Order: sequence, then structure tokens, then C-alpha cells
Amino acid sequence: MTDAGFILGSYAITFGSILIFAWRTVRSGKSLSDGMSDEEKPWL
Amino acid sequence: MTSDPPSTVSTTSRRGTATAATRVLGVLTIVMIGWLGVFGLLLSPADRDQGDAVRIMYVHVPSVWLAYLAFIVTALASAVHLFGKGHSMQADRVAGASAEIGVVFMAVTLVTGMLWGRITWGVYWQWDARLTTTALLFISYIGYLAVRGLEGSRSQRARRSAIVGLLAVLEVPLVHWSVRLWRSLHQEATVLGTDLDVSLDGLMLFSLFVGVVAFTLLFLWLLLHRSRVLTMIDLSAETGLDAALAQRRAEGGVTA
Repeated sequence: MTDAGFILGSYAITFGSILIFAWRTVRSGKSLSDGMSDEEKPWL
Repeated sequence: MTSDPPSTVSTTSRRGTATAATRVLGVLTIVMIGWLGVFGLLLSPADRDQGDAVRIMYVHVPSVWLAYLAFIVTALASAVHLFGKGHSMQADRVAGASAEIGVVFMAVTLVTGMLWGRITWGVYWQWDARLTTTALLFISYIGYLAVRGLEGSRSQRARRSAIVGLLAVLEVPLVHWSVRLWRSLHQEATVLGTDLDVSLDGLMLFSLFVGVVAFTLLFLWLLLHRSRVLTMIDLSAETGLDAALAQRRAEGGVTA
């Protein structure tokens, strides 16, 4: 594969950004929901 | 031997923002993103003109699609908040969550585009119409998020940001059509031209389709989780304010 560094780099940046953003979202959701009852979570 | 401190978490409370539906959506998204990696890097052929560099398209185009979608959802939710009955705060939170997702993917679009540009044009950046308008769109939504963080009540925040969200979305068609409005280094629409003729074929088109489906599912998953997080942040702020007011009343000997 020619220009493998640029190509693999673009996939790594894309998938890495997705992973970090998703992980931060799930983690903040868990820490915020710790102090709340199920009645305060309209999605449940 | 020490005993664990008593937990402050209610035993009846479920942690996090997940439901059965978001778990199914999450699994589907992971599978589709896995397929995107396989098709994009291994199965799709190299392009006649661009060679292997075309593989960047399978993450670049879905990223910009997701960012456009996110900004359009922000505008629609802003309109629901601003003009709808009761000025729904949930619509405001959906708008905010969608804009955050859009900003992340617009950043991914810019970086992957720069890497692609370095291969095909020999430079990471040119002050070309498409690149400049895309950068402007990115900065506009950073501004939108800054407006959401301004001082004021929740309803003031929602009203201000809804107006910005409705104005900023007007840049999306400008970015999309910039390659036709001005002379641009950037190639024209990859899949559909103005004559609605599909210019990609076979495995390349299918790989791009896998990417678009994967990123659309990802957007839905992120939007559900992120808007629930914003709901809890608002609720925590309300609870904190109520507690602070009760404390001040108690200090002043005022009964509620």
C-alpha cells in the first residue's frame, strides 16, 4: 500500500476520536447517574 | 481488615445512560465500523488515478456526512425549541448534544482531508474555497458551543443558542456548493454529480455506503447518550441550586 502512513493515520485518527468521544460520554453518563434515582432518568 | 465505606449509590438505581435499544444500536455500530475497516483498507480496490489514497475517502466522506447531519439536527431541534409550544428544554439539549458530535466529526473531516490533501496535492492546507468554508463552519459551531456555555439561566442559554444554531446551519449548503461556486482544488461531489449520475461503482461505492451507514448509526447512538448526559447535567445544576437556596434559607432562619 502506497502512502500507508497517511492512510492508516487517517483511520487511526477517525476511529481514535470516535473511541475517545464515546468513552467520555459513557463515563460521564455513569458518574452523573450515580447520584440520581431511576425516577429522575426519563429514558428508563 | 478494613470494611468498605457505605455506598452512596441507591441499590435500585441503574448506572449510566444505556437502555436495551442503545445496546443493540451500539453493537450494530461496532459491527458496521468493523466492516468499514475491512472494506476500506482491504477489500476495496485502489483508484486508477489516486491509487491507495482513495481509501481515506471511506472515513472522510462519512465524517463530513455525519457532521452535516448533526448540524441539521441541531437546527431542527433549535427550531422546535424556539418556535414550538412550551419551548421544549429537551429539544435544546438534543440541539446541544448534536452540535458537540458535529464539531468532533468536523474536526475529523478537516484532519483526514489534510492527510488526503498531502498525498494528492502535496500540501496539507490551501486557502481554497472548500477548505476555507469548512474551517469557517467548524469555527462557527465552536462559537455555538461557547454561546451554550455563557452565563445566564437555562432558558436564556437555550434561546441564544437556538438563534445561533439556526444561523450557523446556513453555512452547510455554502460549504457543500463551494466547489461549484468558486474555482476549487477540491474535487466535486464524490457520489452524485449535479446530473444525479453515480460516478463511483462496484466495491468502492459499497465501501462508501458501509461507511455512511456505520456513521449514521454512530450518530444516533452518540446523540441518545450525549443528550441523556446533558439532561443529567441540567438536573444536577437544578438540584445543586435548590440545595444552595435551602442552605441560605437555613442560615438566615427563613422557612420556605
